[in-house]
Amino acid sequence: MKTIQINKATQQFLQVQPAHSSFSNLRKTGLEILEQEGLPHIKEEEYKFTSISRKIEQQIQDYRSASSVKLSADQVSEALFSDFEGDIIVFNNGRFEPSLSRVSDEGYTISTLSEAASALLGTIANPEADPFIALNNLFFEDGIFLKVPKGSLVQKPIFLLHFNQAQEGQAIHARVLIEVEDQAEVTLLENTISLDEAAYFSNTVTEVKVGSNAHAHYYRLQNENKQAIVTNNFVTDIHRSATFTTVATQLSGDMLRNNLSLNLLESGCEGNMYGLYLLNGKTHVDNHTNVDHTKPHADSNELYKGILADSSRGVFNGKIFVRQDAQKTNAFQQNNNILLSEDAIINTKPQLEIWADDVKCSHGCTTGQLDEEALFYLQARGIGKDQARGLLLYAFAGEVLDHIAYEPFKAYCIEMVQERLGTQF
Amino acid sequence: MLSIKNLHASIEGTPILRGINLEVKPGEVHAIMGPNGSGKSTLASVLAGREEYEVTDGSVDFLGKDLLDLAPEDRAREGVFLAFQYPVEIPGVSSTNFLRTAVNQVREYRGLEPLDAVKFLSEMKEKMKLVEIDQKLLSRALNEGFSGGEKKRNEIFQMAMLEPKLSILDETDSGLDIDALRVVSNGVNKLKSNENATIVVTHYQRLLDYIVPDYVHVLYKGRIVKSGTKELALELEEKGYDWIKEEVDAAV
Repeated sequence: MKTIQINKATQQFLQVQPAHSSFSNLRKTGLEILEQEGLPHIKEEEYKFTSISRKIEQQIQDYRSASSVKLSADQVSEALFSDFEGDIIVFNNGRFEPSLSRVSDEGYTISTLSEAASALLGTIANPEADPFIALNNLFFEDGIFLKVPKGSLVQKPIFLLHFNQAQEGQAIHARVLIEVEDQAEVTLLENTISLDEAAYFSNTVTEVKVGSNAHAHYYRLQNENKQAIVTNNFVTDIHRSATFTTVATQLSGDMLRNNLSLNLLESGCEGNMYGLYLLNGKTHVDNHTNVDHTKPHADSNELYKGILADSSRGVFNGKIFVRQDAQKTNAFQQNNNILLSEDAIINTKPQLEIWADDVKCSHGCTTGQLDEEALFYLQARGIGKDQARGLLLYAFAGEVLDHIAYEPFKAYCIEMVQERLGTQF
Repeated sequence: MLSIKNLHASIEGTPILRGINLEVKPGEVHAIMGPNGSGKSTLASVLAGREEYEVTDGSVDFLGKDLLDLAPEDRAREGVFLAFQYPVEIPGVSSTNFLRTAVNQVREYRGLEPLDAVKFLSEMKEKMKLVEIDQKLLSRALNEGFSGGEKKRNEIFQMAMLEPKLSILDETDSGLDIDALRVVSNGVNKLKSNENATIVVTHYQRLLDYIVPDYVHVLYKGRIVKSGTKELALELEEKGYDWIKEEVDAAV
């Protein structure tokens, strides 16, 4: 029945698309996959703790992208933080909004996906890996292609700013393709802002290619409204001697599923994934990460930390694949959690599959409560209980934010995290 | 300054303190000694406000206030300082930030202006000399990776910064070699004045060679069973605790 619902929306959608759409192949395979598999349910291993598809099917009436909303320059500037001087790329319900963006084109170019017609599109994020990628393939209207040409060093960070405001039951499908060519360097920031409290479903796909000896940093904030249902699919191909670092700070939403995959495709490259989730109320955040070591001498580092209060729920699943060719791999993974209430739940699962025999891999996870002895120690020095709690929680969380190398954004995240820890946890 | 009357406390239903009476006046140094498990550390913990202990009877008056009624942080702000037997390592909290937060919260409670960064640092430099603590230690996370001696020095350094009226040193000497013991005792002695008082909880007499007590109390089975002057400590060193145990047990 649910598949029929998607079909109906699809037919309507495909009718309004021009026949020669350069995305028609993506749409076609997307549709085939969804027809065969539908959205993933909790009977499937990968979604067993996160019944997001049920929620989506219950709430979403129309899978097509919600239309753009009125958005002002003031709303954009309110979403910035102090000391930010870089370029801004504004998305309005998933659509690029050039009139409100600030694009200098210094060291990079930006175009819509339809203009760019890049052959890369859809080749990094494999729709067979996750039906939500197929769903985005089917329904995204257009998106942006950001290219940092060979050898270019983009001096200032580029801020991708998503504004979402859809009626209850509507969907948003943002699509981003980023190509950092050989020896280029760039820092990207991303934040998603809900303009009101209505429930919507946002299903984003970001594809990133980091060319040989190129370096990219991608720092993300997820702070959507308490009703938002979010699936975020982020896939990066990392080439020879390149590095890619992502730091994600997850603060709010109803149910979030983040699929983050790093493909270490050539030797000498490095992929780093850091994540912090501060959950309260009934927020449910599921981080599925995947690192694929395919060639020798590549490194990966992963640290995800969570603080869960009230009846929030966290899921962490960290897969590390080390293929037979990937000798001399270093792969480290760590997931640490603090549960602040009896009702908070964390399901954490490291998953290492190693076929090479000369590698260094480690993983670990811990789940505990706030250290009462440490709390007493601080109180015994005259620090009030609430502030002492905030200090300790921040001490735990800060280790993740330390990996944000762009100081103004780090300061912004710290401020936001400290404020939340001080008032809501 | 401190008046403990008939103090009873238990942990998880097991009584540990069974009627402690103690009067401490400004300028005095009291040593609390006793065999293992006699309740020495419990007494220190109850005074500092550790929540695991339940006070079942008795009262503690500190400078006219009901100490037992105050949260641990307010006891500290009123001027009670506990030097921990096992100082806690707190990764991610820098020693300097921690101390500045503590000092300023205490000052705020006492109606004083907060210290700005410059004043705080000069105050810190001054007090660091007292316990010969290295600046490098203080730029690290609180107690993280500190040696036993460094942790104890850091306790006394914090004490110097917070300027308490009543300091309770809970087995500060345990695990210290003679050099470290000298440094720590020296710091404590320099902080002594006619206005503040010190309670030294220890198992060993040696510390009392350096921090000379006005009174020595022996705690056994949750009560003070003998009080005397520093000579009592020497007697205990020589004869051990068995004779006191026998005396008390015979009386029961």
